[in-house]
Amino acid sequence: MDQLQFEVILLLLLAVVARLAYMIHKITTGSNLYAPKRSAPCKTAICIGSGGHTTEMLKLIENISFQHYNPRYYFISSSDKTSLRKVTDFESDKSFAINKDYFICYIPRSRAVNQSYISSVFTTLISVFYSFPHFLKIRPDMLLCNGPGTCIPLCIISFVLKCCFICNTRIIFIESFCRTKSFSLTGKILIYIADNFLVQWPYLKIKLKRSEYIGQLL
Amino acid sequence: MKNGRKLFVTVGTTKFEKLVNRITDVSILNLLVKLGFDFVQIQTGIELLQISIDADLKHTIYKKNDSTTVKFKDGLNLTLKYNRFFEEFDEEIKKADLVISHAGAGSCLDVLKHNKPLLVVINEDLMDNHQSELAEQLQKNGHLYYCTVDNLEDGLTRDFTALKTYPTADKNLFARYLDKCCGFLN
Repeated sequence: MDQLQFEVILLLLLAVVARLAYMIHKITTGSNLYAPKRSAPCKTAICIGSGGHTTEMLKLIENISFQHYNPRYYFISSSDKTSLRKVTDFESDKSFAINKDYFICYIPRSRAVNQSYISSVFTTLISVFYSFPHFLKIRPDMLLCNGPGTCIPLCIISFVLKCCFICNTRIIFIESFCRTKSFSLTGKILIYIADNFLVQWPYLKIKLKRSEYIGQLL
Repeated sequence: MKNGRKLFVTVGTTKFEKLVNRITDVSILNLLVKLGFDFVQIQTGIELLQISIDADLKHTIYKKNDSTTVKFKDGLNLTLKYNRFFEEFDEEIKKADLVISHAGAGSCLDVLKHNKPLLVVINEDLMDNHQSELAEQLQKNGHLYYCTVDNLEDGLTRDFTALKTYPTADKNLFARYLDKCCGFLN
């Protein structure tokens, strides 16, 4: 019996590792850009960072269909009151009573500006630990992020869950408008796990072949 | 150069005291008058404890509610007004003939959308967070000029009439892209 349990666990682990390798291959070769046709609403998680990232994200999603993308879960650093106000203002401006189905999820900040890389690994782990239950409960269809530190743990969680066949979250990353020549740290990590990698300047498209440049967004 | 021009200086929500203090350098004040400015609105971001003005320049300071106004005497026809923040940020941009801004993407875009001449001042104390990357690119594309606090004079004397209008973005572009990625548009 013990032998059987061991073999089952080994088989499951192998399946997960195989899926991980398959996913990374599929993503980095850019063959997973478009999802099959869907009509059911898309459960959307949106990473809200700090300051400029928040403003930029809200500008990007200003004209998305709230019927298609609902409900919306905004992940916000627990200390970030300004972003919280921006999000609630945005939702109340846009929703005009059609859809008031959005939720705010608080997470600890994973990396402060200028924090050292080594200590940020540690804070990222704490953040992963806090965000995991949220994510497991929501199991979003899509995760939108544009570069703040808070999005790394969320992307890692959704990728791990995807490899474990628990959810199927499409990760869409939009590199910040400020990045014209080089990728952000978040971008460098998400090269391997974001299904869609959108850049806002043509030069970055040359640097990363699988990224997409569709024109001026802002 | 036309007279009675208005300058708007903004640091957004950042701390950039060096820029705020540089504006009141005698050389900059004289240059501004020479360039036809008679009013400078400065958005400071933080509460200014003291406005540093050369003791040789005769001036009077008025405080009213949340703003401080400085008027000069003796031939320097210039008024400076300091405010910490503006609720109606766009209105201040619309009133200005030239805007000096920190390198934040939000502030830059706001100014460019109103088609106002823009001079971005890079905060060299933040050099490692890629602040200058965007300013460099937008200068290369001919939409603004950028300089540092130390060479503000060079920045101010650039030919702002040569700047090109920043194109308006298609507001539905990202929404369409998202629909395509998620399978709503096949």
